[in-house]
Amino acid sequence: MSTSPITADQPQIGTARVKRGMAEQLKGGVIMDVVNAEQAKIAEDAGAVAVMALERVPADIRKDGGVARMSDPNMIEEIIAAVSIPVMAKSRIGHFVEAQVLQSLGVDYIDESEVLTPADEVNHSDKWAFTTPFVCGATNLGEALRRIAEGAAMIRSKGEAGTGNVVEAVRHLRQIKNEIGHLRALDHNELYAAAKELRAPYELVKEVAELGKLPVVLFSAGGVATPADAALMRQLGAEGVFVGSGIFKSGDPAKRAAAIVKATTFFDDPKIIADASRNLGEAMVGINCDTLPETERYANRGW
Amino acid sequence: MSTPVIGVLALQGDVREHLVALAEADALARPVRRAEELAEVDALVIPGGESTTMSKLALLFGVMDPLRERVAAGMPVYGTCAGMIMLADKILDGRDDQETVGGIDMTVRRNAFGRQNESFESGIAFAGLDDAPVHGVFIRAPWVEAVGAGVEVLAELPAADGPDSRIVAVRQGNLLATSFHPELTGDHRVHAYFVRMVEESLGE
Repeated sequence: MSTSPITADQPQIGTARVKRGMAEQLKGGVIMDVVNAEQAKIAEDAGAVAVMALERVPADIRKDGGVARMSDPNMIEEIIAAVSIPVMAKSRIGHFVEAQVLQSLGVDYIDESEVLTPADEVNHSDKWAFTTPFVCGATNLGEALRRIAEGAAMIRSKGEAGTGNVVEAVRHLRQIKNEIGHLRALDHNELYAAAKELRAPYELVKEVAELGKLPVVLFSAGGVATPADAALMRQLGAEGVFVGSGIFKSGDPAKRAAAIVKATTFFDDPKIIADASRNLGEAMVGINCDTLPETERYANRGW
Repeated sequence: MSTPVIGVLALQGDVREHLVALAEADALARPVRRAEELAEVDALVIPGGESTTMSKLALLFGVMDPLRERVAAGMPVYGTCAGMIMLADKILDGRDDQETVGGIDMTVRRNAFGRQNESFESGIAFAGLDDAPVHGVFIRAPWVEAVGAGVEVLAELPAADGPDSRIVAVRQGNLLATSFHPELTGDHRVHAYFVRMVEESLGE
């Protein structure tokens, strides 16, 4: 984190504190995938803390196949104009030019996302090179720390987007939390070997061992479809949730969106979650992840 | 005198950082999400977060009216960023249906400093904390566009585009508000300032 001295006459933009601090403001909230201005307004009305602008929700990307890319700038600008809350957008993994375009459009966060087709199978984008902060997905602690080393200012557990099945989100969040718990228990002499095993920088490993948490905000993503799913991820330690296809692929998006917001705030109050879960209409159909071929698992993208 | 109990409105936002900062400033801090919990605290911090979300949840879960009553009865409240918006009698660039708690006779413009790419940190002189500038972290931050006669301006930032400065910290009676986030820095002097306000109000 940048700790250079601050003077009254030299405001600094794009610092690690400002980027990570933005994610701190989203905590306890729900970030919703939207494909147009109308959906963005529904999300804002429902109490979303931010929206993710993309051309197709993951469920449709899955159905349509083909190469999934950054969205049309016009569509992103329409969404920015439609709502007053922060707007995020996705770039392909390693496609730093898409990220440059998104930064120039003024999005508030860039998601370097495995939901889109990766542009580079070795390197992720150098996220320190941007003023706009990045969120990245991770399936385990080592992956999360590699992304943070590249400059990610927020992490989301990957889950399996577009399935409406929370099982992978649970697996990845538990994995990250368990590995953090393991680091906590280690003697400081053992952290060097732990860093080697995690394939992550020692300094970050040491920081996590000391803090007992990631140095950035941790959300959960990929498969949340109901208020109870959102509350489950919060009880497992996620500081907030991303909901992709789960809202606008359901029967009554406005109602479901508001219900997920309530359950995310009162994640430890089963009575409120029960009330939020009543009469929501049909949930998205969902896919069983154990029948999903390895090649169609987005979580395997990124390394 | 017993240690004051200060709640942090925990509907959404950077609650944890405020709990830590208040504890460092020697207060007992606890999260508040319900009217019953609000009734048990001496004072409240409204954190940074998304003001539209916070306002909606406060209305939905019956916290807004009890909070307005406590503010009217003189409970000390400190709002940062979204919390500043919540304490403003009047807001600009909010949602049409956005309600605030109110209490400070000021007009606050939401996201006035711009979007995330314009977010910044800067040292800032803060009246009453004269030993060194406060470290201000401004994130999609609001500014105070106008204040009434009873409002004391505690900090201003020079505007980037002209001679005017922007008001970024104010106090009116027992209410304190900053555009920026002292809770994101290791410098807890603004929280200590608020804890002193709370102690004074309890001593009255």
